[in-house]
Amino acid sequence: MERIPILRMGEFLLVTIQVDMHDRLAQALQDDLAERVVKDSAQGVLIDISSMEIVDSFMGRMIGTIAMICATLDAQTVVVGMRPAVAITLVELGIALEGVRTALNVDKGMELLVASRGKRSMA
Amino acid sequence: MTINNYEILPIKSPDDLVRVRQATRALAIQLGFSLVEQTKMVTAASELARNTMTFGGGGTLRLETLLDNGRKGLRLTFEDHGPGIPDIDLAMTDAYTSGNGLGLGLGGAKRLVNEFEISSRVGEGTRVSITRWK
Repeated sequence: MERIPILRMGEFLLVTIQVDMHDRLAQALQDDLAERVVKDSAQGVLIDISSMEIVDSFMGRMIGTIAMICATLDAQTVVVGMRPAVAITLVELGIALEGVRTALNVDKGMELLVASRGKRSMA
Repeated sequence: MTINNYEILPIKSPDDLVRVRQATRALAIQLGFSLVEQTKMVTAASELARNTMTFGGGGTLRLETLLDNGRKGLRLTFEDHGPGIPDIDLAMTDAYTSGNGLGLGLGGAKRLVNEFEISSRVGEGTRVSITRWK
């Protein structure tokens, strides 16, 4: 079965969703990411959705679930690269992506993860 | 109002959902919809097609391009022969869910289009029609 690749970048994992999000693919990503967060002791996960032309309620819920699973495994999730048209549509659809942090692009998302890791190590 | 052309797609599997999104996008582009308009229509189509597949046990989508006094539109009609919806008003509310979604399928899709019609009979099936005008 086709799978979405998960890349390791230091302490973080990067997932770039580049295909039309298939339901089974979404489910597989959830399982794969949870496994990789533990295996790689990842501190954070970046999900790049800049190639996603739409996010419907199923996909939105999937992203929210991934963020919750990662948080449970002590990794922060940042969703990056949402297209403006997707953001407008999501709000009108009534999906707030609560509990999911967002950043404009991978660089900004990475900064966010590094900053929050710094805060945690000082605490 | 005239119907310029139409096509019918099956909605049975998650692969069909991908095809529904692609066909909707292609027609929206052909009609000159803006990027935001395309995105709203494709998202609404994805929500409703998933309902047809999950709750209706599969069905069909009819895509039609419309012309009404020089105004161009795209109409999508989703039809299934599933269990039907006993209380449509309740199903339209955002908090309602009968499956594994957020319960936003119907109410959310309605907000993304210009016209929304639904008819359902328990034991016979459900038909949802949405239209977006350029």
